[in-house]
Amino acid sequence: MAAGKMSTPLGRVLGLGSAKSGTAHFWRQRLTAVANVPLTVAFVVIVVGLLGRNHAAVVQILGSPLVAIVMLLFIASITTHMRIGMQVIIEDYVHDEVPKLVLLMANTFFAVAVGLACAFAILMLSFKV
Amino acid sequence: MAETKAPVERPLSPHLFIYKPMLTMTMSIVHRGTGACLFFGTLLMAWWLIAAASGPNAYAGIGSFMSSFVGRIILFGYTWALVHHMLGGIRHLIWDTGRGFGPIERERLAVATLVGSIAWTIIIWVVGYLFMGGPR
Repeated sequence: MAAGKMSTPLGRVLGLGSAKSGTAHFWRQRLTAVANVPLTVAFVVIVVGLLGRNHAAVVQILGSPLVAIVMLLFIASITTHMRIGMQVIIEDYVHDEVPKLVLLMANTFFAVAVGLACAFAILMLSFKV
Repeated sequence: MAETKAPVERPLSPHLFIYKPMLTMTMSIVHRGTGACLFFGTLLMAWWLIAAASGPNAYAGIGSFMSSFVGRIILFGYTWALVHHMLGGIRHLIWDTGRGFGPIERERLAVATLVGSIAWTIIIWVVGYLFMGGPR
């Protein structure tokens, strides 16, 4: 429902709604969902291809530029996607203000920490440090 | 107007549990469930990548856990959750275009997602075992 007579012309143009965030979350969830499809297929291929290989071979392959770039893209896309998804779950089921805020913060911390840890490990493998 | 009255005990409107369980409804719940599992499943990926970056000993550690019975069950569940959520996500993207809402279409999409997720999980594991020697 677009803004009616009660909204200002500026409000109608911005289209941010009552939550002041517009459709950014909705759009970002779709954007990362589309990105996740080919990246997940690539991730599964990479993991299956690494099964049973020794550590040296795994380091070699995971650290090679193409694989590392795909893994970094995958990590960025899924952690963004899962953060929005878990936020929706929290908002749906947790109605008390304090636990909700705590969980929403924890959700962001978790997504950022996991994303950074994975990305850091990939970069370590790439630069052989 | 905040906190003026104590909450009144009102009857709730008909909710989830009065409905007969339907495939599309179950699939919706499963989509959310697999999404939540994958959220925590990223810890497994982080462990794997950090172990690989840490050295042969750490990598052997996650290798022995993943090749254990419990490890394989978790990994198998992870594979299915990943494929199911991906196919379910494609179903949602189809819906986003306004298509696939008819009574027959939505049932077919649900069945296709379920059958596809099971089939692809098995295919991935067969390929993993046959051609790569399986998780060890």
